[in-house]
Amino acid sequence: MARHAWLSSGVLIALIALAGGWLPPWLLPQSTIALSNGLAVLGMIVLWRAGLVSFGQALYYAGGAYAVALSERYLGLRDAFLLVLIGTVLAGLFAYVAGFLLARYRGIFFAMLSLALSMILYGILINSQTLGTSDGLSVSRATFLGFKAYRDHYSWALFALVLGMVWLAAIAVERYNSTVAGSLSGPMIDNELRIEFLGASAKKLVHLKVVIAGLLTGAGGAIASLSVEHVDPDMAFWTVSGGFIFVAILAGTASVWGAFIGALMFEGLRTTALAVMPGIWQTILGVALLLTILFVPRGIGGLLFRRRKGAAGAKP
Amino acid sequence: MQMPKRSWAAGLAVALASVGTPAFAEGPAPVKIAVPVFLSGPAVGAFGEPSKNAADLVIKAMNAGELPPPYNQKGLAGAPIEEKLVDEAGSTATVVTEFKNLVERDKVDVVVGYVSSASCVALAPVADELQVLTVIYACGTSRLFDDGSYKYVFRVSSSQTSDDVAAAHYLLAKYPDTKSFSGINPNYSWGQDNWRDFMLSMKALLPNAAVDKELFPKPFVGEFGAEISTLLAAGSPIIHSSLWGGDLETFVLQATARGLTEHSRLVLTVGEQILARQGKNVPDGSIIGGRGRHGMLATGNAVNQWFLANYKKQFNTAPNFPAYHMLSSLLGLKAAWEKAAAAKGGARPTTDEVAAAFTGLTFETAGGPVRMARGKGHQGIEEVAIGTYAYDKKTDQPTMHDLVTYPAECVNPPEGMTSADWLKQGMPGAKC
Amino acid sequence: MVGLAILVDGLIYASWLFIVAIGLTLIFGVMRVLNFAHGSLYAFGAYSSATAIGLYFDHGRPVVFGFLVMIAAALAVGFVIGLLLERLLLRRFFDKDEIVTALVTYAAFLILEDVLRLIWGAQGLVAPQPYRAVGMVTIGGLAVGVYDLMLVGLAIVLALAAWYSIQRTRFGRMLIAVLYDREAAAAFGINVTKVYLITFLIGSMLGALGGAVTAPRISVSPGIGVEVIVIAFAVIAIGGMSSIGGALTGALIVGFARALAVHLAPTLDLFVVYVVMTIVLVFRPYGLWGSAVTRKI
Repeated sequence: MARHAWLSSGVLIALIALAGGWLPPWLLPQSTIALSNGLAVLGMIVLWRAGLVSFGQALYYAGGAYAVALSERYLGLRDAFLLVLIGTVLAGLFAYVAGFLLARYRGIFFAMLSLALSMILYGILINSQTLGTSDGLSVSRATFLGFKAYRDHYSWALFALVLGMVWLAAIAVERYNSTVAGSLSGPMIDNELRIEFLGASAKKLVHLKVVIAGLLTGAGGAIASLSVEHVDPDMAFWTVSGGFIFVAILAGTASVWGAFIGALMFEGLRTTALAVMPGIWQTILGVALLLTILFVPRGIGGLLFRRRKGAAGAKP
Repeated sequence: MQMPKRSWAAGLAVALASVGTPAFAEGPAPVKIAVPVFLSGPAVGAFGEPSKNAADLVIKAMNAGELPPPYNQKGLAGAPIEEKLVDEAGSTATVVTEFKNLVERDKVDVVVGYVSSASCVALAPVADELQVLTVIYACGTSRLFDDGSYKYVFRVSSSQTSDDVAAAHYLLAKYPDTKSFSGINPNYSWGQDNWRDFMLSMKALLPNAAVDKELFPKPFVGEFGAEISTLLAAGSPIIHSSLWGGDLETFVLQATARGLTEHSRLVLTVGEQILARQGKNVPDGSIIGGRGRHGMLATGNAVNQWFLANYKKQFNTAPNFPAYHMLSSLLGLKAAWEKAAAAKGGARPTTDEVAAAFTGLTFETAGGPVRMARGKGHQGIEEVAIGTYAYDKKTDQPTMHDLVTYPAECVNPPEGMTSADWLKQGMPGAKC
Repeated sequence: MVGLAILVDGLIYASWLFIVAIGLTLIFGVMRVLNFAHGSLYAFGAYSSATAIGLYFDHGRPVVFGFLVMIAAALAVGFVIGLLLERLLLRRFFDKDEIVTALVTYAAFLILEDVLRLIWGAQGLVAPQPYRAVGMVTIGGLAVGVYDLMLVGLAIVLALAAWYSIQRTRFGRMLIAVLYDREAAAAFGINVTKVYLITFLIGSMLGALGGAVTAPRISVSPGIGVEVIVIAFAVIAIGGMSSIGGALTGALIVGFARALAVHLAPTLDLFVVYVVMTIVLVFRPYGLWGSAVTRKI
């Protein structure tokens, strides 16, 4: 994508981050969590462009989150940037290892196997007293390059941090989509054999995608843990992955920004439904999902960025 | 709030009142209380619904001034209570987010709620950051105040440790020759901690009793076939369980159907909860606890009489211990609030003032007095009653006999000590 | 005694798994729809059965008809919901991706969860009368509920019925044809839409049946559907997703693995099914009985 577009989006993001200081204080943590989920959803979309749906992203989400909690507890670290980096890298490592197994599968079995792996982590976490069992671990407030943020400023700082990560992630994924590896995503759905004839290895491609998705999701989990100030095994439960898939449908594969807008909309929908109609909030989400599938099949991203064509995205 | 029609005289009175005399009359600002309980998911039947019922009943009665003394003042020191019922369900991130929304978006004054231990542990630091008075009504985890201390968080009900310690004491008193015991507890922190506390208590009180089987079925699945077979094979005389709600009902039904309870006696630390509904199916001779003195284990005092009568009248069933916990939490809040208000001549107290009044407070509940004696004055302790169960076929009613009430200092660790440490050291300082 | 207990427990749990999973595997095999709403059908079946039991038993009526009543209630509910789901929802999404149809069923599941609560409220229902009515039997010193053994019988009956219908009836042949190649089957004149409808109805009724026969063993409460979905998925994934034999094998493996875990290493029970699934998929990427899907060039 053209450099100036990245600059302009960067400026826009910076302005939003700044505006965070003037938004009502309860909006910031919620948006931070939504955007963290957006990172995970972006990871899902990277996989989805190649026809792979992972039911186990929660593995990396929890991995990133617990890495933060454990780094604070046992390594005494407090710097937000460092913690998020550690969370991202650890999740990426999980993904790298899991990728050797997952890259051999497609379709439903890829989905099921990824689900199994995340539920195994869930079981391990529940049974581990050191890791807090089902109560989880608390996460203390982080500092930002030595600066301590107080009260509402902490939410603001995290909000700015997640926005920064969103921008970086969006650039990275767009870049990836323009590479040979990324461009082969769409063709992979149609016919893997032809890719192999081109000299590429489908397995390596999938492995790479799993790692990218793992890194993104781990980053999301790490920031979420700092925002909620808590981690627990439920972060590895399959319904968390289900939530990511849900938002991925809302978002569509057309544009990287769709993931984040979709995540924000989903969070808004969920919290409104819970506040206004607590007895049927699940129905509201279900109906929203159906309506999206019926009427907006290419997702929000498809709606807003109509210039983009095709599953792999067009180059300008 | 609707302002009533005013004559010029009333208008003059209002003008005079606003000059600085204490505001007693129409329209003191309401106190907004958020009540997060389980409105969806597996805990609704056992916890959410009874708690919601209790909250509705008690808050309405408080506003009307219908509670027995010393709780008969209307509202909280005259200020009417506005109840905001919220669903506690969802991931921890959702729970924390919604908590922050309640405080910052909906501007509630107090939060009274939460059952899930993971939520309580996650929320306590957040409550302190936001400086909002939070009364945890039912979480059982001992980690809440073992692992941290808080300024604005209070818990009226004691941690689950006291249930298991009391059970062990009861066994020492009634069945001192117990040779061995097994446990079946749900596989998450509640079950794991209860089992740990029971095992350690037994080690301290009945060191000759051996541990047979330690089972941890998956919670909310209701599959106990293999577990019951294992227990049948082991043949332990005593089986400890902190299973609750649907799981407990299922386990009891299947265990009795397969004859497990003919040779093994069940010790159900939270069994009181299912007696109203399943009394017929709970085997006679089971040892039942109720997380304090609630339900069938409660005292006969005025508060309990009022609560039992009115709850039954409105909801056609007896209240279980979660309902009692909600009652106690609201009573504690009222007592603290009114103490703080009295110190100000009746004016509305600030959050800090209520928190200060709540710390170390002693107040009366349906189960007797609660003393906020642990967790630097933020954790309540109370007596714990345990008894043996029997179903009276003639009257078709569940009954308890051989009730023993243990003083709070007997079954709770002293201030400053964690449950695990206290138990491992053999319960030093216990006054039984 | 422990060995015998593991055998008996494993068999009983396996039978339960098979009964619960067979509807799912049927629907997936023929229609390639991963039906999340299966959890709802299970829950509706359980609630209907519990209600029917509550109404029928305790009045001195013969037990045998009680069983029929409870099964009939579930089948009726399964039929109605299956019909609604297929007609109103699935029909519109047949041309879409597998994942999309799975998500449609997930949306349906969310909605049905709320509907369930609106109808039956939040309290759990218990209906142990059938379980108690048939009593206990002692096998080698172990007390086993006759009801649990009846589950084993039901599983065998269902497996045989499935085998027979698929191999020996005309409808079964049509099913296999559609399973292998929908377009070719249509080209041969098979009314694929009708086959889909009937398959979905049968699968839904089986799902409800699973819930119905489970009701006397548990406390029927909101949320039982969620647990069942994932474990049913795991069982059929192990078996190969589309075959009855696969579901049977998967159920047996998971059943015995769990029985072993509970007797010998109780804390593993939480995730033994996923470990088994991972191990099986490592060696047999398409499940035990699955076959590689040929890709068209």
